[in-house]
Amino acid sequence: MAVDAAREAGSFRGARLRLSSVLWRRPWLKLVVLLVPPVAAFVAVYAASLGAMLVSSFWTSDSFTAAIVHTWTLDQYRAIFSLSDPTYLRIAGRTIGMAAAVTVTDAILAFPLAFFMAKIAGRRTRSLLFVMVLLPLWSSYLVRIYSWTTILSKSGPLNWFLNGLGLPDAQLQFTNKAMWIVFSYVWLPFMILPIYAALERIPGSLLEASRDLGARGSRTFRSVILPLAFPGVVAGSIFTFSLTLGDYITPLLVGGPGSSLIGNIVSEQSASNLTFAAAYAMVPVGVMALYIALARRLGAFEAL
Amino acid sequence: MSQQVLQTDADVRCVGLTKRFGEVLAVDSVDLEVRRGEFFTMLGPSGSGKTTTLRLIAGFERPDEGRVELAGNDVSREPPYARNVNTVFQDYALFPHMTVLENVEYGLLVRRVRKDDRRRRAHAALEMVRLGGLAQRKPSQLSGGQRQRVALARAIVNQPRALLLDEPLGALDLKLRQQLQIELKQIQKELGMTFVYVTHDQEEALTMSDRIAVFNEGRVEQVGAPAEMYEHPRTEFVAGFIGTSNVLVRNGRTFTVRPEKIRVLPADAGEGEPGVVRAAVYLGAVTRYLVELEGGGELVALQQNLEVSSSDVHAMEGKRVRLAWRPDVEFAIKEGT
Repeated sequence: MAVDAAREAGSFRGARLRLSSVLWRRPWLKLVVLLVPPVAAFVAVYAASLGAMLVSSFWTSDSFTAAIVHTWTLDQYRAIFSLSDPTYLRIAGRTIGMAAAVTVTDAILAFPLAFFMAKIAGRRTRSLLFVMVLLPLWSSYLVRIYSWTTILSKSGPLNWFLNGLGLPDAQLQFTNKAMWIVFSYVWLPFMILPIYAALERIPGSLLEASRDLGARGSRTFRSVILPLAFPGVVAGSIFTFSLTLGDYITPLLVGGPGSSLIGNIVSEQSASNLTFAAAYAMVPVGVMALYIALARRLGAFEAL
Repeated sequence: MSQQVLQTDADVRCVGLTKRFGEVLAVDSVDLEVRRGEFFTMLGPSGSGKTTTLRLIAGFERPDEGRVELAGNDVSREPPYARNVNTVFQDYALFPHMTVLENVEYGLLVRRVRKDDRRRRAHAALEMVRLGGLAQRKPSQLSGGQRQRVALARAIVNQPRALLLDEPLGALDLKLRQQLQIELKQIQKELGMTFVYVTHDQEEALTMSDRIAVFNEGRVEQVGAPAEMYEHPRTEFVAGFIGTSNVLVRNGRTFTVRPEKIRVLPADAGEGEPGVVRAAVYLGAVTRYLVELEGGGELVALQQNLEVSSSDVHAMEGKRVRLAWRPDVEFAIKEGT
């Protein structure tokens, strides 16, 4: 009856009503309309460029003109995994080690704060902490890293503070330790939020039940809280691990001569030897694939 | 454990127990004594302080005033893990990442009971709640009634001084609830364990309890055996909460009459108070009448359907009747809530 009325009006509204009833009668059509744009973007932009990168990593570049030569070869991967010149293996190892160190640091720092936010803080305190965790993400990542170069510099606030306490200078500028500190700082929110989400889903009665059954805090943490929050820790670690694997700005700004990560090599080589850059960029992809497979075997995604 | 000889016969005692949440007085100087091996029920509407009192006994809340004693010892300052009581939670609070057996063993594991001993006792507890075959399941693979039994097994396996149950059957449907009421009572008798049971369901309280404490606005209105509470309510609130209120004021005296003690007579009968039937509800075996009395007030009366059909019942609405009862079924109560 509503359709009839609209048809009589013969208006734009009538056409809209007809369209919506066509979509209502065919739910699959509605799904197609909704999903085509994101799927197209995903395939065209993301999957296609990843595929192009994978394919070109099996090509080679002319060493004089830097032009790509379309002949199939494993030369690039041979150079990366070469044992006679382990430079690239060493850099990959350093990158993975850094990503692991940053992930562990962030997990240790994030857990108590996330627990406080999810289970102890009142509503106002929780909102305030949320803003404080997210606030750094509203400012440019470059600005935050630059401010760390100032903090860690020889005559910066850190040494100023240490000297005030009568301690010697901490010589952190342009070291791997500086890189570790800055990475841990910039990725910390990405660890806090998933752990918070996981902890928030644990009913308070489970913690009470554990105490009721005779468990002290440490036992409740080991046997109830940690196993149930584990998927959140894994989710956060996927962020911190992959973000560190792919970064090249932090090593550039706060790292030293021996601080190059995979990203720096990729960035340097992409002008002169694009096929090598492509092959080397596949290393973090492979590492993440392994990492996620391992997390899955540990049962981290069963609760999702 | 039930063979132990004790100096005191109170397993749980609350003395002047008071708890405030901000401005709200949740528990207002409550005094209670739960006897050894007793099924004790705290009955009241939501917000009456019964659950808070239970949480104070368990140790999840700290009292602002007063104290909690377990077997004669003041435990008010002890954390929950140091108190020899266990709780069955309203939402069961089973650990989702552990199997049924691991859940039941948890309290023993924490107390460092040896593994074979632990296993044996956990299986015995599961047998007791008739879940012997489901030890390796995860809680998510169980029905609501089964989860309830696991929660019970997990608590009784520790042989606590008193078992605290916070509306444990609240989430189940009526049939299952009635069945589990009987089972709970049997298990309690078998173990000789002190049960402190919280519910808002008066029928549940009457079915299971040795004694009932009726809570209202943070205070205990009355404590007594089920029959005593039903037949001799001391306040209007208790009369209304256990059964139907049926309170009348005659000649300055406030009293209550239970619905099944009232006879519904024709308007020309020589006895009883005259009134008009406002509603008549056919309930199968009985009919419930709501009668507005000319002398003031309303009474609910239950009559057995001896020679009455549902159509007769319907025709009664709006009719004039007389209500009669023997004077000795009137019970004087204090006025007010």
